[in-house]
Amino acid sequence: MHLSTRLRYLTIVKAFLFVSLLGMTPLNAAEQMSPVPDSVWQNSLKAQFFGDHPIVQSDEVVELEAPVRAEDGAVVPIRIHAKFPQTADRYIKTISLIIDKNPAPLAGKFQFTPQSGRADLALRIRVNEYSPVRVIAETNDGKLFMDTHFVKASGGCSAPVGTDLDAAMKRLGKIRFKTKNITSLDEPVATQLAVSHPNITGMQKDQVSLLYIPPHFVTQVDVKFEGEPIFSAETTISVSENPNFRFYFVPQKEGTLTAEITDSKGMKFTQTYAFDGNEIKSAKQEKRAVGQPSL
Amino acid sequence: MFIKNRVVTIGLVLLVSQWPPLAVAGLACHKIAEVTEITPGVFVRAGHSGTIFKDGDIANIGFIVGKRCVAVIDTGGSQQEGEALKCAIKQKTSTPVCYVINTHVHPDHILGNLAFKCPDTRFIGHHNLRRAMSLLGPTYLRRASNKQGENLSPDHIVLPEEQVQQQLELDLGGRVLQLTAQPQAHTDNDLTIFDVETRTLWLADLLFSRHIPVIGGSGSLGAWLKLIEKLQKQPAARVVPGHGPASMPWPEAANDEIRYLSRLRDDTRTWLQQNGELPEALENVGYAEQEKWEQFSEFHKRNISTAYTELEWEE
Repeated sequence: MHLSTRLRYLTIVKAFLFVSLLGMTPLNAAEQMSPVPDSVWQNSLKAQFFGDHPIVQSDEVVELEAPVRAEDGAVVPIRIHAKFPQTADRYIKTISLIIDKNPAPLAGKFQFTPQSGRADLALRIRVNEYSPVRVIAETNDGKLFMDTHFVKASGGCSAPVGTDLDAAMKRLGKIRFKTKNITSLDEPVATQLAVSHPNITGMQKDQVSLLYIPPHFVTQVDVKFEGEPIFSAETTISVSENPNFRFYFVPQKEGTLTAEITDSKGMKFTQTYAFDGNEIKSAKQEKRAVGQPSL
Repeated sequence: MFIKNRVVTIGLVLLVSQWPPLAVAGLACHKIAEVTEITPGVFVRAGHSGTIFKDGDIANIGFIVGKRCVAVIDTGGSQQEGEALKCAIKQKTSTPVCYVINTHVHPDHILGNLAFKCPDTRFIGHHNLRRAMSLLGPTYLRRASNKQGENLSPDHIVLPEEQVQQQLELDLGGRVLQLTAQPQAHTDNDLTIFDVETRTLWLADLLFSRHIPVIGGSGSLGAWLKLIEKLQKQPAARVVPGHGPASMPWPEAANDEIRYLSRLRDDTRTWLQQNGELPEALENVGYAEQEKWEQFSEFHKRNISTAYTELEWEE
């Protein structure tokens, strides 16, 4: 009795193993053939964001640098390298950053101008599950070029708010602007814009009530020099807590630099800086809260 | 009839061979955890380096025996691991288990709880442990189920009924344990246990030895360093780390961990001051420690990422 039961059990186990092995083989083969699964992109995202506009798969215009496996899905550092300098004749107008499997696939759409000097960009994103990450650059002649990587990371959107939320809310809207080695007014200057904002996704639970914390995130970033836009971005919850953007601009002259941040509750935070030709000096922060922060 | 009997006999033999090889005090034991009595009445099952959800017996777990009660301290990474500890307890003493103390939320310390669930046993933890287990429990179950190839029921997450606000004394019968809910450090739900009689301080994952210290998702590098340096001033005859030897001398046991965490903090600060970016930080910060720790490649980068984002906005 027990023997036959056991044998039957073993047979079932073997059959199960066999079936799962069978099931796995074609999957592995498919993974090897195409390292970046494309179905979500092909079936919906491509049409949703770009209609029937042709997109050239190429890293000749922009190249994406992303970790194959990220240590922390809530903080995945990526970099986008432009392959030619920004000139009045030829420049990258926009870069869209898409994480196929994220609840908000479009992490951001970034605008550049000839005054950007270089349309390079570095930031940190949330990756909720293993997903293709793609950058699509639109050049000034209206053409689209895409580079794609597959990133293994997970839990980025639901990971508990990293720091003490009370402390984060006190710092809300604080802006830091840093530049590296200004040697020439006509060369692109590497700059870093850091914003203290918890960028709450709406998929994170309050640690006490265990209810979801309502979304509250940066939606718009505008950096202007003497009133002219040099960098701007529309962003979503797929950008990590405390958004941090590294980009370039060519100062050309002395002047005033303004960074303005808008979030999903309509709060606006601005900071202005005086640039005297040598360095950028932080001016007094002007903080305008149109909406009210709430926990 | 004869044939049938033979089948039954073979069946019985098979049944018995599948059944526990050992019975300890009426308990069916597949495996008995190997424990060391580090000082009278304090038993530790030393863990060995491994990957959570893949390998078992990773953390240091154990129990303390009083005249009236046994207190279990952490239950391991699976029900089986908990059962093996329970068998070790039964082998050493007939005193009943009155308390299960969980030192913090991590799965290699709590997923054996179910083995001890019984009406007479109280589960105790830090006042933040309940919510941490509720938040992370479903993820732990899913990952453990994937590895074990069977669906673990929510019963495997046994929440603490008793929550330690600041301090709690447990009388095991002629033996008092002082439980202290610590501030945010390795996690935000770390609990330490001090056995007054033998002056043994059970630090669990506030202290790592050999195994690289890991900053938990709800932990803080700066706060952990502050706490462990403060705890070093608390006298104790010996401590029990969460990972490493079963027993270590105090306060010198914490020196390596403090060196690692300080280096991680200082190098990350320097990196940030020089406007260094995160991808390069992940490849460069704190690698002087590489040869000094087990599981370095598993956890060091994650620690850098946590340190970088934590220190970025420090004043």
